[in-house]
Amino acid sequence: MSIVSPGFSGRRRGADNRLPPGQYLTHDFPVLSAGPTPRVPLDRWEFRITTEQGEKHTWSWNELQELTSEQITVDIHCVTKWSKLGTTWTGVSLDTFFEDVDTAADYALAYSYGGYTTNLPLEDLLDGRSYIAYEYEGEPLAPEHGGPARLLVPHLYLWKSAKWIRGIQLQIEDEPGFWESVGYHDYGDPWREQRYQGD
Amino acid sequence: MLDVPDWPGHDAGQHVDVRLTAPDGYTAQRSYSIAGPADGDRIELTVQHVDDGEVSDYLTTVYAIGDPVEVRGPVGGWFVWRPEHTDPVFLVAGGSGIVPLMAMIRARAAADSKTPFRLLYSARSPSEIIFADELRRRARDDRGLDVTYLYTRSAPEDWPGRPHRISVADLNSAGWPADLRPACFVCGPTGFVETAADILVALGHEPRRVKTERFG
Repeated sequence: MSIVSPGFSGRRRGADNRLPPGQYLTHDFPVLSAGPTPRVPLDRWEFRITTEQGEKHTWSWNELQELTSEQITVDIHCVTKWSKLGTTWTGVSLDTFFEDVDTAADYALAYSYGGYTTNLPLEDLLDGRSYIAYEYEGEPLAPEHGGPARLLVPHLYLWKSAKWIRGIQLQIEDEPGFWESVGYHDYGDPWREQRYQGD
Repeated sequence: MLDVPDWPGHDAGQHVDVRLTAPDGYTAQRSYSIAGPADGDRIELTVQHVDDGEVSDYLTTVYAIGDPVEVRGPVGGWFVWRPEHTDPVFLVAGGSGIVPLMAMIRARAAADSKTPFRLLYSARSPSEIIFADELRRRARDDRGLDVTYLYTRSAPEDWPGRPHRISVADLNSAGWPADLRPACFVCGPTGFVETAADILVALGHEPRRVKTERFG
């Protein structure tokens, strides 16, 4: 199915099996966002989970800091083709936030300061698969990388790891987020190369 | 220029994925902005050579006219301008970030749009201005298009001021007042885009009206 490109041999075939198909390895940390970087003061920051019934669970910045945090070392994969291996984050498992949340929803819409949204199946947020991360490589998370806190869902393309996370709306029905509405894949599994609609 | 059979058409600002395949099946792919409106099945990409760029190095040195290449697209439905949009437009380009913005300028001319456009183009030096001749011609002939240059390393002798990185004054004087509610498109390297977008917001532009595309 592929067309061989005359004279192309390629250079960086590290044959690293940690790289999903179509990805290349980068050592810096590129920034991808659709607009200006929002600046969120910590004294006004909050994170909220709203159930499909409208029940709200809210955490302030100080309350976030008091939750049990973890050091997370993961590979991250951006749909624009770069991957970064062995990145280290500090964050709180979403399981911790969901301990007292009573829901029958199957879907979540994550929303951010600045208006960004992205949708995920709720199960992808649970069972130790996602975090609210607020440190990167031991330092407070920089605003251009999503600070003060971002969602981290390392098993999906990085656009699902909403920067500047503000809350999660639980829903019975799936609703496309920002990039999902303009042609990107609804789920975004890098190992199945689900970049765009139809993949 | 690529002839893509059954090309579905695209909006100014969209990009394509280019995939190269080696005889042993190894592949590498990257995204490139489309530089202008489609001419039937023909699309134009502008690729900047990067010294250790696996794909750009091939495309700019090995790839020859007539060689097949795989492209996928168009991709991206956010960083786009369509001729039916009539709000004034402010384009802010850093280096090769000019490419998707040039597509918008060309689409505007092709559609005979009267929408006022302003372009602020930051480059290291005059020799690094991409599309220099065409921009000079369009700034003269395309009514309602203003082009301002900014140089960061070396400037031509008749350029007022000293080379500098983009500042509040540059964006304020080359752009539109925020109360006109212009559509702003900023494209360039990360640091450039972060700075320019932050300044536009500080100047009163609504964050939602500042669309960005970053690379590197």
